[in-house]
Amino acid sequence: MWLNLLSSNTQWVLLSTMVLGIAAGTMGCLVYWKRQNLMSDALSHASLPGVVIAFLLIGEKNLFYLIIGAAISALIGAYLIQWITTSSRISEDTAMGIVLAVFYGFGIMLLTVANRSVGGNQSGLDSFIYGQAAAMVKSDVITMVVLAILVILVVVVGFKEWKVYLFDQAFASGLGLSLKTMNILYTAIFVMTIVIGIQAVGVILMSAMLIIPAVSARYWTKSFKQMIFLSAIFGGMAGMVGTLISTIGNGLPTGSFIVIVAASFFIISLVMGKEKGLLIQYIQFKSQQKAYLASSISSEKEVQSK
Amino acid sequence: MTYSAWIILTASLVGLSCGIMGVFLILRKQAMMADAISHTVLLGIVIAFLVTNQVSGVAMLIGGILAGLLTAFLVQSLQSLNIQHDAGIGIVFTTLFAIGVILIATSVGNAHLDVQHALMGEITFIPFHVITLPILGEIPQATAFLFVVLLIIVLFITAFYKEWKITTFDPALAASLGMPVLFLHYLFMSLVSVTTVASFDAVGAIMVVAMLITPAASAYLWTDRLAKMFILSGSFGVLSAVLGYYLAFWIDTSISGSMAFMTGLIFLISFIFSPTHGLMAKYIRPKQAM
Amino acid sequence: MTNSIIKVEGLAVAYQKNTVLSDVNFEVKPGSLTGIVGPNGAGKSTLIKTMLGLHPALSGSVYFFGSPLSKVKSRIGYVPQRGSVDWDFPTDALDIVTMGLYGQIGWLKRPTRLHKEQAFNALKKMGMEDYAHKQISQLSGGQQQRVFLARALVQDADLYFMDEPLAGVDAATERAIMAILKELIADGKTVMVVHHDLQTVANYFDHVLLLNHTVIKHGETSKVFTKENIVQTYGGNMRWMGDE
Repeated sequence: MWLNLLSSNTQWVLLSTMVLGIAAGTMGCLVYWKRQNLMSDALSHASLPGVVIAFLLIGEKNLFYLIIGAAISALIGAYLIQWITTSSRISEDTAMGIVLAVFYGFGIMLLTVANRSVGGNQSGLDSFIYGQAAAMVKSDVITMVVLAILVILVVVVGFKEWKVYLFDQAFASGLGLSLKTMNILYTAIFVMTIVIGIQAVGVILMSAMLIIPAVSARYWTKSFKQMIFLSAIFGGMAGMVGTLISTIGNGLPTGSFIVIVAASFFIISLVMGKEKGLLIQYIQFKSQQKAYLASSISSEKEVQSK
Repeated sequence: MTYSAWIILTASLVGLSCGIMGVFLILRKQAMMADAISHTVLLGIVIAFLVTNQVSGVAMLIGGILAGLLTAFLVQSLQSLNIQHDAGIGIVFTTLFAIGVILIATSVGNAHLDVQHALMGEITFIPFHVITLPILGEIPQATAFLFVVLLIIVLFITAFYKEWKITTFDPALAASLGMPVLFLHYLFMSLVSVTTVASFDAVGAIMVVAMLITPAASAYLWTDRLAKMFILSGSFGVLSAVLGYYLAFWIDTSISGSMAFMTGLIFLISFIFSPTHGLMAKYIRPKQAM
Repeated sequence: MTNSIIKVEGLAVAYQKNTVLSDVNFEVKPGSLTGIVGPNGAGKSTLIKTMLGLHPALSGSVYFFGSPLSKVKSRIGYVPQRGSVDWDFPTDALDIVTMGLYGQIGWLKRPTRLHKEQAFNALKKMGMEDYAHKQISQLSGGQQQRVFLARALVQDADLYFMDEPLAGVDAATERAIMAILKELIADGKTVMVVHHDLQTVANYFDHVLLLNHTVIKHGETSKVFTKENIVQTYGGNMRWMGDE
């Protein structure tokens, strides 16, 4: 019903943000357990120079090449963060801040040049950077969906391996799993998830797509498998609902609405979630306190009766 | 003063303020909190604008401080609810930023605010908005604003110097001595917000982060003395601002972007060549005996 | 009992759902040197952090000198674990020791030369006067621990809590720290130390508090530190270090 009212382009966009949400939700669980939540923020910002350089080199906005540029740039950023952290006294969060802001600044420098050389904002790069799903065309959607499905497949197919890799690296290498290969694969799909999302959500908010669904899912389950599953659902729903809302008005920022929807899921999970949700926890705390007081009173009586 | 002299002065004030704030910021390992606050301050500014219906420095400052405090409070709350600290930061700042962007897109429309401006700043317009002050005469509003903020920062950093030091190095000891560690944390985050709001117009949200973190990180590689680190960090901030301006002028591009780029260049040089903590030093005399 | 300097009653502490400490009751006599001993995760650090108000308690009360903590903070010194701070902080040893005086100096005032002298004397007491202006990142683990001890000394408290001050230090530092602790006791101060090395307990402490989520035994070392009690504290499968 609803979908019939939407233009066919909007349907394509909806499909792509939904698949993107699923991929980011899935990947987000790996990122969460690797404790690299803010790394996604640093890397999405760090992808900017690569996007602009790719654009300057090929002279048109072709999503596939922009994604390659973004990925290379983000990988350099990731490598620099690691290098700075391990070989100096600079802490990881400072290193992330440096790479994030300096790469972004460099990207803006290049973007200004790019916009000038093409004339105004006709290049459409701005919407790419700040996230306007409506600006996507069918070929963009296909590129995005294919890459997103690739990410999901890599996680699903290697599910067992990811699990040991994330929870017990020593054990994983004992099983004969090559940590080096896993690290490379992890970084590859991490960066890929980030860069395919930029077009729809924007560099600034892309990290939310990875972080928020994963944290929300934690409130409903203790199993890693179910966490990934739920996180993917939250991500997919946020992508779809956010995009739908943003199509109501003209030029509304898709990324922001997706984030708001994801954040609402988070708040609901935080309060209502059955695993350490606030409500449950409050009830448990009260009963624990009551039980504790009761037992200490009775033990006191015991002492007295002796 | 000439047009470009005003711009250089304004940029230097940003560099100096951020450089000074950055020292305790990175020592407290709060670099990513600064990133978060620089984004959420946008929401504060938008709301201040919606409430007062004008672009006023004081309202923006208050809005910015409140947004910064809200950010710090929410991050703290999520952490106390056992959410990974960095995940908490990620959730809070993206959500508040998204609300800010939506507010701009829906209600403020094409008025004085737009997201890109907020993110990149527009230092080239600064000399056009002047106010007249006694004695000083006509000076750009943003410059005067930044100057006041610099004074506030210096005042707070020096007045509570030993408190910042002890709560940064050993918060547990500070708490056992009866110091209000949490209050000082919020005060510090307010100062970060104030710095961010004042620098917004000039360099925008993300370049503020570059200015806050990178010069201090560079200084940290050159010295083991806190006082020296302040001087170096402030100087690197000013140097990045001035060099960035000329770089932007030279290749005709974004001034704030070039300034951020310059902070990065200074960091790279420090990272490689610093005689105390640089890469070269490590290769030349590997692993000094502890 | 009026002559106890610390009185802990019914203290319970929880992290999330897990109860770390429950039903902790004990009293400490003035002038005693008590070792807090127990297996990893028994809640030793949590106990002193909670007593010092650095961690919220679920229930129970703690009294020092007959008063609640807030009134007597200045009389209590705390030495956190050495690993709990970042030693890359850009400053020198003397400055770290001076921090011990910050509570007395008060807001808006700076440390004077007198304070620096006090700090220097404390360093001297720990045999660290040659390192006063040395960068803290360049100190060895033992030297860093001595700086922490000096910082506690300068507080001139009546009651000290120390979290693993002997962990990972060299033999000379261990001797120096123990000498200082004995000196503090001789001066009439009271000290509680979280300790991990069972072999030295009997030599170092006149009192022992065996802890495993609650107080297993507490009292004079000669009476309480028995094989039976230790096995009870550490559970059946512990390796008794003396048998090795």
